[in-house]
Amino acid sequence: MTVSVEPGMTDQPAGPASQVPELVIEPGRSEKNYWGDLWRYRELFYILSWRDVKVRYKQTVLGAAWGIIRPLLTMIIFTIIFGRVAKLPTEGTAPYAILVYAAMLPWQFFANALGEASASLVGNSNLITKVYFPRLIIPASSVIVSLVDFGISFLLLILLMVWYRFVPSGHIIFLPFFIIMAFLASFGISLYLTALNVKYRDFRYIIPFIVQFGLYVSPVGFSSSVVPEKWRLLYSLNPMVAVIDGFRWCILGEQRIFLPGFILSSLVTVFFCIIGIWYFRKTEKSFADNI
Amino acid sequence: MSSTIIKVEHLTKKFILSHDAPERYKSLRDVIAKKARGMIEKKQKKNETQEEFAALQDVSFEIRKGDRVGIIGRNGAGKSTLLKILSRITEPSEGRITIKGRVASLLEVGTGFHPELTGRENIFLNGAILGMSRSDIRRQFDAIVDFAEIDKFLDTPVKRYSSGMYVRLAFAVAAHLEPEILIVDEVLAVGDLKFQQKCLGKMEDVSRNQGRTVLFVSHNMGIISNICNVGYVFQNGRLLYTGKTSDAINLYLDNAKELESYEARDKDKPVSFKSVFFSSASGDRKNEFAHDEPVRIRFEIQNILSKNVDIGVAVLDRFKSKVFTTIRNLDLGKVSNNGLMVDCEIPHSFLAPGSYSLDVALFNSKITSYEYINDILPFKVIDNGTELAAFEGADYGSVLCNCNWDYEA
Repeated sequence: MTVSVEPGMTDQPAGPASQVPELVIEPGRSEKNYWGDLWRYRELFYILSWRDVKVRYKQTVLGAAWGIIRPLLTMIIFTIIFGRVAKLPTEGTAPYAILVYAAMLPWQFFANALGEASASLVGNSNLITKVYFPRLIIPASSVIVSLVDFGISFLLLILLMVWYRFVPSGHIIFLPFFIIMAFLASFGISLYLTALNVKYRDFRYIIPFIVQFGLYVSPVGFSSSVVPEKWRLLYSLNPMVAVIDGFRWCILGEQRIFLPGFILSSLVTVFFCIIGIWYFRKTEKSFADNI
Repeated sequence: MSSTIIKVEHLTKKFILSHDAPERYKSLRDVIAKKARGMIEKKQKKNETQEEFAALQDVSFEIRKGDRVGIIGRNGAGKSTLLKILSRITEPSEGRITIKGRVASLLEVGTGFHPELTGRENIFLNGAILGMSRSDIRRQFDAIVDFAEIDKFLDTPVKRYSSGMYVRLAFAVAAHLEPEILIVDEVLAVGDLKFQQKCLGKMEDVSRNQGRTVLFVSHNMGIISNICNVGYVFQNGRLLYTGKTSDAINLYLDNAKELESYEARDKDKPVSFKSVFFSSASGDRKNEFAHDEPVRIRFEIQNILSKNVDIGVAVLDRFKSKVFTTIRNLDLGKVSNNGLMVDCEIPHSFLAPGSYSLDVALFNSKITSYEYINDILPFKVIDNGTELAAFEGADYGSVLCNCNWDYEA
């Protein structure tokens, strides 16, 4: 028998990893195979997302109902305050409750994602100091949890539409696009904040403030057509404005999308994503030393 | 079989110690305040508060495939830092490492276990964290459950497990990893004796029969000498010796004499040791005691933010097995935050002549462990005329006992 065997390959188990990967560790080296690693660790990503979803509703009496109760109550209050008390106009013939709820969906998603993701690294510090994997997985899997919540609250939107006998506009087929946009907006900002939170724990106080503040600054309780024309572009610097307007356009279909604002919002979203990933990657290597 | 599997060249890891900020994370307020102060004071005394500390300094070695390497050294010698770099948790500051093969590291038992999830779920979670694929885990599932002896509790949340079951399950998952290189940090110090034996057997099996490479850190010389065929001794961030395990252990035990007192490095705890040292009954610092004089251990405790603290001391013999443990509750209700001196005296003629060291701990009875420092402050008890003096150097145990003998003709 003259079979030549590479050294080091002799007692490999016959499995998917039958070739020996050579790993080089050098200062600054982890940069190079980062995205490959991310792909290799995809199963960890699934399982961490699954863990977070599963743990979220354990030991809560109402379980997944919380995903509905919070947006529902906020919606009712906003409908009463902005619709009845302040008598702000709705868009076309849409019931004010649906106007609010259509915006509440992406906003709740954004707010949850921001809260969960920014606390995720510190919350998983035991993993970070003990095992290696691309750290991006942790905030990403916690954003997925918020996406599940989003799915649950979406069911309530359908019930609301049945209740009001409201037929959504045909634009609804574009909704997935705006969901992706909401995802990117929250993911980018969360990455930036979570990396900062590792180093400066002040951010755990800043984030709830951003969320609370943002709820009133974003057009959640009112239609963005209420904003005077000359301020619309400035207003669109808030990336959630385009997402919320997009959601309303898909569901209510009454108001045309304000295009310059939409483009500006999208650019801001992309900008935050790039900055978020860049800063995260830059600081990631020292997480284990700083956390 | 003897090809190089890990090659480390000139590895250095530096940390910046900043003396004015003992917390590991900063608060934004401090940073802003410092920047503002810096602007006013300009560049006065700029570098005075920062100091570089090299946890590893210019370390080079090669590990051959199938080697079982025991890494020994005192606390702070750089062992854990080395393992963390090899497992890619932190980056080196300088140097280069080439690894051929998949690395699985076990720096802690049960990393990522979630108390709310069941045993079954945690097997999958922990497996994925340690780098197993789902199909691997499924294939090994029965073996894992079998090894851990928990089949009845598979669908119980692990928070209801006894600590023994928890450790067994965690080690079982790790033991069924199939990497080319396994890195283990002092995790066998847990669990009952029978299970420890089983783990050791498994580790030996993994390395000897399956040809895997094992890197193993422990303070327990007995385990090291049983498992490893190569020993590395680290001291102050440098690799002091590589070679036969028995020689490495002897070198380590001899070197252990130098350290005289323990000074705190980590200060951000609710309560911590500032320093620990030995003194004679009259108060002189010393590390060698005659067998017929009491050994006094003095603890200086700082940052007392907790009212109820227990202090514990264990004396380790030269094999790093515990001779005895003593604990004492400190009622700190009336003590100011400034600090506290605690003395513990081991009575005379109790410890047999020989070499010893200490484990010291601060904790809150069973709730939290504030500080646990393993194997520090080596000290010697010198024979000042016992009936065993003629047998000096032989292993005649660690305590002296004044027994009542009687005999009849």
